[in-house]
Amino acid sequence: MSDTSTQPTGERTESIDRVIIRFAGDSGDGMQLTGDRFTSASAMFGNDLATLPDFPAEIRAPAGTIAGVSAFQVHISDHDITTPGDAPDVLVAMNPAALRSDLHRLKGNGSVILNIDAFTDRNLDKAGYAADPREDGSLDAYKVYEVPMTEMTKKAVEHLGVKPRDAERSKNFFALGLVSWMYTRPAEHTLEWIQQKFGKDQQVADANVAAFKAGHAFGETAELFDHAYEVKPAEKVPGTYTNITGNVALAWGLIAASQLADMPLFLGSYPITPASDILHELSKHKNFGVRTLQAEDEIAGVGSAIGAAYGGHLAITTTSGPGVALKGEAIGLAVSLELPLVVVDIQRGGPSTGLPTKTEASDLLMAMYGRHGESPMPIVAASTPAGCFDAAIEACRIALKYRTPVFLLSDGYLANGAEPWKLPDVDSLPDIATTFATEPNGTNDAGTPVHHPYERDADTLARSWALPGTPGLEHRIGGLEKADKTGNVSYDPANHELMTHLRQAKLEGIAKDIPDAVLEGDADADLVVVGWGSTWGAISGGVDRVRAAGHKIARIHLTHLHPFPQNLGELLSGFDRALVPELNLGQLSKVLRAEFLIDAKTVSKVRGLPFTAVEIESAILDTLGVAQNGAAK
Amino acid sequence: MSDTTIPETSRKDWMSDQEVRWCPGCGDYSILAAVQLALPDMGVRREEVVFVSGIGCAARFPYYMNTYGMHSIHGRAPAIATGLAMARPDLHVFVVSGDGDALSIGGNHLIHALRRNVNLTILLFNNQIYGLTKGQYSPTSETGKVTKSTPFGSIEKPFNPVSVALGAEASFVARTHDMDRNHMMDTIKRAHDHQGASIVEIYQNCNVFNDGAFGQITAKSARDEMLIDLRHGEPILFGADRQRGVVLDGGGVRLAEVADVGMDAVLVHDETRPDPSIAFMLSRIATGPHEPTPVGVFRAVGRDEYGSRVNQQLAAAQEQRGPGDLHDLLRSGATWEVA
Repeated sequence: MSDTSTQPTGERTESIDRVIIRFAGDSGDGMQLTGDRFTSASAMFGNDLATLPDFPAEIRAPAGTIAGVSAFQVHISDHDITTPGDAPDVLVAMNPAALRSDLHRLKGNGSVILNIDAFTDRNLDKAGYAADPREDGSLDAYKVYEVPMTEMTKKAVEHLGVKPRDAERSKNFFALGLVSWMYTRPAEHTLEWIQQKFGKDQQVADANVAAFKAGHAFGETAELFDHAYEVKPAEKVPGTYTNITGNVALAWGLIAASQLADMPLFLGSYPITPASDILHELSKHKNFGVRTLQAEDEIAGVGSAIGAAYGGHLAITTTSGPGVALKGEAIGLAVSLELPLVVVDIQRGGPSTGLPTKTEASDLLMAMYGRHGESPMPIVAASTPAGCFDAAIEACRIALKYRTPVFLLSDGYLANGAEPWKLPDVDSLPDIATTFATEPNGTNDAGTPVHHPYERDADTLARSWALPGTPGLEHRIGGLEKADKTGNVSYDPANHELMTHLRQAKLEGIAKDIPDAVLEGDADADLVVVGWGSTWGAISGGVDRVRAAGHKIARIHLTHLHPFPQNLGELLSGFDRALVPELNLGQLSKVLRAEFLIDAKTVSKVRGLPFTAVEIESAILDTLGVAQNGAAK
Repeated sequence: MSDTTIPETSRKDWMSDQEVRWCPGCGDYSILAAVQLALPDMGVRREEVVFVSGIGCAARFPYYMNTYGMHSIHGRAPAIATGLAMARPDLHVFVVSGDGDALSIGGNHLIHALRRNVNLTILLFNNQIYGLTKGQYSPTSETGKVTKSTPFGSIEKPFNPVSVALGAEASFVARTHDMDRNHMMDTIKRAHDHQGASIVEIYQNCNVFNDGAFGQITAKSARDEMLIDLRHGEPILFGADRQRGVVLDGGGVRLAEVADVGMDAVLVHDETRPDPSIAFMLSRIATGPHEPTPVGVFRAVGRDEYGSRVNQQLAAAQEQRGPGDLHDLLRSGATWEVA
């Protein structure tokens, strides 16, 4: 995939348009940090990029074993890219287990950089190798670079008086230095960062700097590498950029929404992978008036948010699938109370504890139907890491305007994945402010002016919202069915039916207030690919490939999943068939079939990993190939 | 809210227009009356008062109060009230709960609201039975209790709500009962005045499913000998002639005849002791409502209230870093320009 350019930029530098590098090592080897720093340096250099952290659920599985392998894959490019890449071009393996678990991912003739100091008999045995793979021919198809990283790191830091055991810990910076040289990443940014990060212990900072420089120098001087590769900056829309992960973008989107709504932000949350980073990020920003509660459990997380919403705060609860299951009853209460609330679900592999650190997008039907009774809720899904910012604002907008809990779906891949983000102009963000009742809107049986909490806006069907503290508007709300308008408890059969339909009609009416679905690609194709959430990048890449090969194909990517955009049915009716790639067994397909009676075919992947563009391309070609009307050209 | 004088109110001002629908003769009626009668003396405005409840007979309470209120879901009222009190420290937030709601399905939220010392006034109506679901045993039902779900008698040991609250180191813990309106009013007022989480266990008679559960100690004729009225700064005495008292003995407390031990040996009640151990011992005097049982304030200690600590952290952050600026936040990581 990395086409070698014909324009050398220097004597020993070869220019390529993109490269996929996978850093793999033991959980304790610092691979996430290494990958993250390489990503940051690439972003600063102006490359487009996408990342995939891939780490075990165990904090520390036994060292040297396959279960303990932690990897970080980064795709850098001089043009717009949409996925962390398919097969890596380069695998950095810090031990035999990393080589054994990840070699199969590497593309043919790819490069393997090995830390040979870790290739001891004991480590080979722990990784399950009967023979040393360097000697049995199993690496013959690859370019293998054998580097004594541990020993060279120890030597590089010797003069600092670092103990050998501590010295070894810096070997990830040796690897980072080496790969930074190979891909001509500027070193200054990383060196500055090391000082900042480890400055509290100067010896550690010095050791990491020494190891990084040693790796860099090794790449430059050793005969081992005869070329340095350069990936030029991507051509981007002018503006200010930063590198951002989905969880941080989502947290910032919530802060932005709080400012745009002019309401204080409240987060009630319980720690859970992969959502905890949103709690961490929001906890930092108290100067924005953000209140965060690390609650005693998931239920208290959402419960406290409902309480804060009742008090007039922009209320959020963040979690992952298992937490959504626990919050279900309280979310139903929010549906009944008709209070604004955003439920953020950073999806992961399930059922049960499932795959906490691996991605999956299998909570769509739970978000849509996972409550008892008729309990409709809007659903917004982010498509890219940076897109989590806008998705968060949109979820808050709908929640406030329609007085309803809203599901905001992201997943482990978006949450931890990073990409360059062109920062928006703050003044261009939408005004999402809502209004509160200040005067009575009805009278009681005695003729006294009172507040009727279930009087509705004729257009949106949103109920009237009076905040505690407002004189004369005292009222009670609750989970029992309430009488239309007054909100008093009602067991009247006709009233329950009316309220059930009103809640549903309010949900459906939101369709008028969201953007139309956009059709991309060939409107005259027979097949349309419909996606949602984090499959955006892979589907973009796959569709581009199919079209580049001369086939007609269209695509639609959905951000609003409940209700669907108003024009979706009409768009879909223009195609014979729909192909729906999902990181589940076909949840959106099922809904599309039910809603629009279309022939939707699922492309499923539940391996804890995102789709690759190649997988989407091949699924599309398969489908076109079996077509009877000659759609494939 | 520019007018700083609190309007004079009477019970009627605190009654909502909703018909009260507890079983005739239910103890909840007298608790409702006590609360509505006590509120005019609490120095609060109606619009600043919120009653939050969970599920159960007691949980209907907010609908009968002419204040703000939320009838929520089973056991979760303390969690919901925590969010409300954090968001709105200007409000007076009451939680109304029962023994099943607070100590069974919602036990976790109760102990954590107490531990955090959130500014809530928690009224726990204890009738030792599930009433709304029509007569199953509750976490406070006595061992051996025969109910629909324990036809051969309960084999479980009950919770003592005051002991549970003290175990969670609640800063204000009290007990009262539905047969003594003045005692209820005084106790609830003190609980409301307390800064932080306060919990009042209210012995409440369920005349349909557990009638007379507290009769042995709360009947007028029994009170002198069976209720031990805790009064701060006074020796703990009871009996028609105040002839009996509580004494410290061998690392615990026991009941004694004053004549046998002398007045100097009688424990002087100090609700402000920082260590909750003696309050806990007092809560263990009775094994159930058939023995002399302490009522009144077990513990009232000053401790940082949660919501105000939250706000202090917010204010400190704003002082240090200035009010948040979204433009700057987006640029707080490494950025680069593309021309």
